[in-house]
Amino acid sequence: MAFWQSRSETTKGYATVAPPLLYAFFLLAVPLGAVLVLSFWSQEFQTIDRTFTLANYREALSDPLYRLLLWRSVKIAGATTIVTVLLAFPIAYFVSFHVPPHKKSLWIFLITIPFWTSYLIRVFLWKVILGYGGVLNSALMGLGVIDEPMTFLLYNANSVVITLAHAFAPFAILPIFVSLEKIDRSLLEASRDLGESTAMTFLRVTLPLAAPGVIAAILIVFIPTVGDYVTPRLVGGPDGTMIANMIQVQFLQLSNAPLGSALAVLAMLTVTVVALIVSLGIGRLVRAPK
Amino acid sequence: MRGLKLYAIGYLIFLYAPIALLPLFAFNDGTVIAFPLQGFTWKWFAGLATTPALHDAVINSLLIAVTSAILATLLGICAARANARYRFPFKTGILGFIMVPLVLPEIIVGVSLLVVIANIFSMRLSLWTVVLGHTLICMPFAIAILNSAFDNLDASLEEAAVDLGETPWNTFRLVTLPLVMPGIVSSLLISFTISLDEFIIAFFLTGAEPTMPVYIWAQLRFPQSLPIIMALGTILVALSIVLLTVAEIFRRRGLARAGVRDTGGFL
Amino acid sequence: MTGPIIKLDGVHKSYGEVDVLKGIDLDIAEGEFLTLLGPSGCGKTTLLRIIAGFEEVTDGVCLISGRDMAGVPANKRPTNMVFQSYAVFPHLTVAQNVAFGLRRSKLGKAEKAAKVEEALGMVGLGGYGARAAHALSGGQRQRVALARALILEPTVLLLDEPLSALDRKLREQMQSELRRLQRQVGITFILVTHDQEEALIMSDRIAVMFGGRIAQLAPPQELYRRPRTLDVARFIGVMNVLPGEVKEKGPAGIEVRVDGLGRARIEPEQAPSGARIGTGWAGIRPETMSVLFAGEQTDRSVAEGEVAEVTYYGDMTYYDVILDGTDRPLTISMKNLIGREVLERGARTRVSWDARSIVWFGEEAV
Repeated sequence: MAFWQSRSETTKGYATVAPPLLYAFFLLAVPLGAVLVLSFWSQEFQTIDRTFTLANYREALSDPLYRLLLWRSVKIAGATTIVTVLLAFPIAYFVSFHVPPHKKSLWIFLITIPFWTSYLIRVFLWKVILGYGGVLNSALMGLGVIDEPMTFLLYNANSVVITLAHAFAPFAILPIFVSLEKIDRSLLEASRDLGESTAMTFLRVTLPLAAPGVIAAILIVFIPTVGDYVTPRLVGGPDGTMIANMIQVQFLQLSNAPLGSALAVLAMLTVTVVALIVSLGIGRLVRAPK
Repeated sequence: MRGLKLYAIGYLIFLYAPIALLPLFAFNDGTVIAFPLQGFTWKWFAGLATTPALHDAVINSLLIAVTSAILATLLGICAARANARYRFPFKTGILGFIMVPLVLPEIIVGVSLLVVIANIFSMRLSLWTVVLGHTLICMPFAIAILNSAFDNLDASLEEAAVDLGETPWNTFRLVTLPLVMPGIVSSLLISFTISLDEFIIAFFLTGAEPTMPVYIWAQLRFPQSLPIIMALGTILVALSIVLLTVAEIFRRRGLARAGVRDTGGFL
Repeated sequence: MTGPIIKLDGVHKSYGEVDVLKGIDLDIAEGEFLTLLGPSGCGKTTLLRIIAGFEEVTDGVCLISGRDMAGVPANKRPTNMVFQSYAVFPHLTVAQNVAFGLRRSKLGKAEKAAKVEEALGMVGLGGYGARAAHALSGGQRQRVALARALILEPTVLLLDEPLSALDRKLREQMQSELRRLQRQVGITFILVTHDQEEALIMSDRIAVMFGGRIAQLAPPQELYRRPRTLDVARFIGVMNVLPGEVKEKGPAGIEVRVDGLGRARIEPEQAPSGARIGTGWAGIRPETMSVLFAGEQTDRSVAEGEVAEVTYYGDMTYYDVILDGTDRPLTISMKNLIGREVLERGARTRVSWDARSIVWFGEEAV
């Protein structure tokens, strides 16, 4: 398509993509590299010692508290991901298969709106809903369903999972919806025509074809939730704090940037490993029956 | 089918439950955020007007959001244009790399920018450092929106303009820009909304001047400030619904103009 | 007129390792309607885009009105194009579309409006000026694209598969309309198409392209009657191809023996690619052969065979007949006249042909 100047398409392509690429390089790649370098240094009060050391990683991996936080982050993010994707799939399926075409974008619009409203206030309101004297408990007590307030709702891992499942709902619904939309409807008719029941058609045709969307949904929910800060801090209580809270403490309160960096690097590493396992594992699982 | 529909409605209730509570407490004549409600009042909204620290925070946030939205959209135009028009080595890798902030935990973005800005360049934290971070995380959203606008643009429309005697610049001005304008407006609005609401990066990178979410975060610790925050939240919800509706209208108009059938939401 | 309006000399085009055009020499005369015809991937669209200035030659020269076009961008060339997708600007009205190229002209507002209305009238869209372009039908868009290009009075109008998106009826109507328009304005038209029928209907001359080369450049009748290669013969219409052998060669033609058809004398112009002693291929068109009915007399050459397949088209019937002593069926087309019966599959029949219509290909390949 090189049509108006003699410069080659490659040159023009690079020239056009250069501004966002350079921006991402200097404000993403360079900072991430800096965090990596910093994690191998050490800090005494305000001065940074630039000799190479593995001490931060030793501390991060041997201290039970850090290990606990890292493991808990993965567990909570994993639980959040499973809950969110399981709740999201039927919605995506409903909108894609049972909503008339001209109403689809209205439904997607309705689903995305809560996502764009103040995150902090939304999380805080879950505290109001789930609390001891909160909306849910008073409603259920008023209805006579329970006699005394439930205490397992707030300030623990449950509340973090519920809140995050709410916050990341559209992130899970949209990719699944997109992959369902791409499925040629005549494939489903072909499956029925070849003698499969509705349920088996769903299992043998719809689900495998929706797999890319499900994988995308899993990754797009899991990755940010591992590093979420606000939700564990507001509704997590002592049993719900996660690695991000510790990273923040190291950087902004204890002024130990190198240890905070090491924790950040470990968090990213964990995320990458889990992401790889998920995308490869599910990909294989879906392809296996062929 | 019926069960699925009931489930969908239940899910929407789950999605809207927290937001539905906002106005209840914002107009509730009581200082505790709990039931039963105490009666109707406007006083928390009036309280918003007499909180100068909030006004400063809102102005800071607006400045940051406008600047970040413009920067992210300009960078997004470049990326979307390169994606739609050119083939070059490592294209997928490069464009994928630019989209990375979309899947990076925000705390990592905040921390790493803090390391570079504070520890390496010893720059003072300010509104500008927040703008740097917000532009970075808004950019992938801008690109996602602009990609569809640029992809829907038939390349032969631009060739036709050149063929009819226009220079490349005038072609861009007379043909490309009008046709992708709805995408640009919608990218600006979405980026603006994201920046306005972003907390963690601002928390790390803001100096002495808090943004609105940073201010809200600080106030959440004081029970007596909560009703005012509820009032603020109500206004924000109303505002973002208006903004999103406008963005959606522009997106649809863009599709109609390009003669493409509607296929879904912003993302 | 002095010399060709467009002269292509040794034009090569390659994208990296891939050679799309492998040496194109072509002279196009002023006022001519020339068609570039070929299967997809033969390089015809690339050639058109080189003339328009959207692609640059890797090697060779492109002259328009005697001027070398190297380094001249598309917006400075005296050519205008009708795109396959029409490329009608969806954000403008019909009139704004047609006036798009007049933006830099010195004409006054009223003169421009008059020109636009005139151009619209020419393509049968008079009074449509105020309509929004995105609300038009495919055929109307096509006309807007045409008016928009013609209003600039280009030296050459380039048409890139302009009718391929239209349904059959509209396409046939536009074919004759385009031809009429071309005669009316007298501008050189270069049309790219993969539809051989369209090329035959519309063109003064047709350049048939295969694999980046022009296989034959000729007026429609000559192209149909005397294709130079088997590729061209098979691409244009239906051609029965039978193996044969040149027995004798003289100044007044050649004497050949063809499987199933026996011996025949072939005039020099019926062997356009030349002939030498040895094996080759004979081509004969379905309509120059006839299925003879019981008792029918003829002074043409005759052979016997069996009907292997019958395809009934209403006005025509196509028979596949295997002549005795051969193994490949020949296609023969017959008009369905009153009183003429349609033969059954498996029937024995006699077949006649006009030996003057045989074309000889001295090629080795099948």
